[in-house]
Amino acid sequence: MVTTMDEKQTTNQPLLSVKGLKQYFRLNNGFFSEQVLKAVDDISFDIQKGETLGLVGESGCGKTTAGRTILHLYQPTAGEIIFNGKPIRTKKEIEAFRTKATMVFQDPYSSLDPRMTVSDIIGEPLDVQHLTAKGKERTDRILELMDRVGLNSEHATRYAHEFSGGQRQRVGIARALATNPEFIVCDEPVSALDVSIQAQIINMFEQLQEDLGLTYLFIAHDLLVVRHISDRIAVMYLGHLVELGDAEEICKRPLHPYTKALMSAVPVPDPNIARASKRIALSGEIPSPLHAPKGCPFHTRCPHATDQCKESMPELKEAEGGRLVACHRTAEVN
Amino acid sequence: MALLEVTDLHTSFMTDAGEVKAVNGVSFSLEKNKVLGIVGESGSGKSVTAYSIMQILSGNGKIVSGSIKLDGQELVGAGEGVMTKIRGNRISIIFQDPMTSLNPTYTIGKQLMEAILLHTDRNKKEAYDRAVEMLRLVNVNEPEKRMKQYPYEFSGGMRQRVMIAMALACEPDVLIADEPTTALDVTIQAGILELMKDIQKKEGMAIIMITHDLGVVAQLCDEIIVMYAGGICEKGTADDIFYHPAHEYTKGLLSSIPTAEMAGQKLKPIAGTPIDLLNMPKGCPFAPRCDAAMKVCIHNAAKMKKVGEGHEAACWVNEKQ
Repeated sequence: MVTTMDEKQTTNQPLLSVKGLKQYFRLNNGFFSEQVLKAVDDISFDIQKGETLGLVGESGCGKTTAGRTILHLYQPTAGEIIFNGKPIRTKKEIEAFRTKATMVFQDPYSSLDPRMTVSDIIGEPLDVQHLTAKGKERTDRILELMDRVGLNSEHATRYAHEFSGGQRQRVGIARALATNPEFIVCDEPVSALDVSIQAQIINMFEQLQEDLGLTYLFIAHDLLVVRHISDRIAVMYLGHLVELGDAEEICKRPLHPYTKALMSAVPVPDPNIARASKRIALSGEIPSPLHAPKGCPFHTRCPHATDQCKESMPELKEAEGGRLVACHRTAEVN
Repeated sequence: MALLEVTDLHTSFMTDAGEVKAVNGVSFSLEKNKVLGIVGESGSGKSVTAYSIMQILSGNGKIVSGSIKLDGQELVGAGEGVMTKIRGNRISIIFQDPMTSLNPTYTIGKQLMEAILLHTDRNKKEAYDRAVEMLRLVNVNEPEKRMKQYPYEFSGGMRQRVMIAMALACEPDVLIADEPTTALDVTIQAGILELMKDIQKKEGMAIIMITHDLGVVAQLCDEIIVMYAGGICEKGTADDIFYHPAHEYTKGLLSSIPTAEMAGQKLKPIAGTPIDLLNMPKGCPFAPRCDAAMKVCIHNAAKMKKVGEGHEAACWVNEKQ
């Protein structure tokens, strides 16, 4: 059942391509006025098989919406998702895609039905997708999944409220694994957990990736976590991708002014580094996506903004060594 | 004499399932001009310690025993009258969630002035001036205009600035900050932490910083207390805790954080699940999750012992040699 890494490595085609994805929400404020909230505005990227792409940004930047739109939980306003070389368009294609692409949610408290036992929660995707016969085959599969995520068989008949946050997240991961997916969108899967438990879950994500050849889109705001787990990192700001590149490189030498400010704001758990480090202060706050500024979305807070930045939107283009940056002044600023 | 002296504090919550000993023998002292960090995971008792100092525990919570002295004045059992004069005046608190800590139906100005009118003998005009001055201190632009606005017109970071302004309006001796930046984005968090550091230097008060984020503690704190299961397992300077941790839990906590040095390696998490306060083990509460646990750890809880100048830890492993 499990596809190994070699089987797909024959071609160089990415497992998942996102092309010009847009997600606009129409808001009705009263009778005649209608506003458009551009949550995700024209983003494109590829994810290779077996890779982890970290998606970072501050609240309201559209990272969760991007993850959900990729899985067609929202109908995209424009753009295309191409999975294994095939575009996902029709209802049938979406349904088939959803067995191969699943999701782990942020909040392990509200993402599990309090009235279902653990085995029902994990078994539900099996039933919905008709993946196993009822009875022993189903039970065996559920126990196998529970074992994978480090839960005992005796946990099967318990309810979500009997578990700690870390264990609940394990249940959520087992559910995401039930359909033998190739691709998982992990939406802030560890941010509700304590540090010591967070490390257990991060290690488990890495182990599962090794064992099952999984590909992750890892959405998080904690840059230390994203840096650790990701191969590449994509940075979002107000619905746009502003920088994309190798995880270590981007953390060591961010090129976009927003990424620079973001990296310098991370509180490093080391007093000597903390005393020595200098933060790049940003003026003002993130503009509302309802009134996104014209031109570069970041120009209202950018210390290097010029008239050009106020007028035209910079394209995401290669800056150095495969790094993509959306900034008019990459060369001058760095 | 220390500004704030907490000695052997025990706070419990009476629940249907039994007595939950949320704080279990906590002692520490806080000097003027110092920033003390209390770190720990959920359920470690760090917030309850703060609420005990303020005596704002929920109905079923109670300080069972111990002493809390502010400038030598005993607060445990002092009565509501005394506490009302202390809260907001000599000890202030800011909470985690700036969204729910402000009243949505009153203007920011009215809420700021309420605290000032209640605790000082300023008249309305002076209170207004003081409120504007405080907003300016916490870097809120156009404070006169902002005074007339309602909380919904403020962003999360701005609301937390208002909370800080409110807490500092009466020049408290101690400011307790309970996860003040947890709900905020990193760039906003960095601004708030810098603001707190600046104001602390300017006004010279003492801060108790309660957080689960070791990064935040490293930025701000002179001294650190590490809590686990309602008790203190280690205390020392920031350098002691980060560079010479002397309790197995502290060591585990530090190695659980994904830092730059850990790139490409597996993290070293602490095994097991957080402790159930209703079923506390007999010995060291951390023993069931501790890799270095010995027989003695399971049967007897370790006492706080000096491991260096101003550095103490409650761990049997230190006494092994």
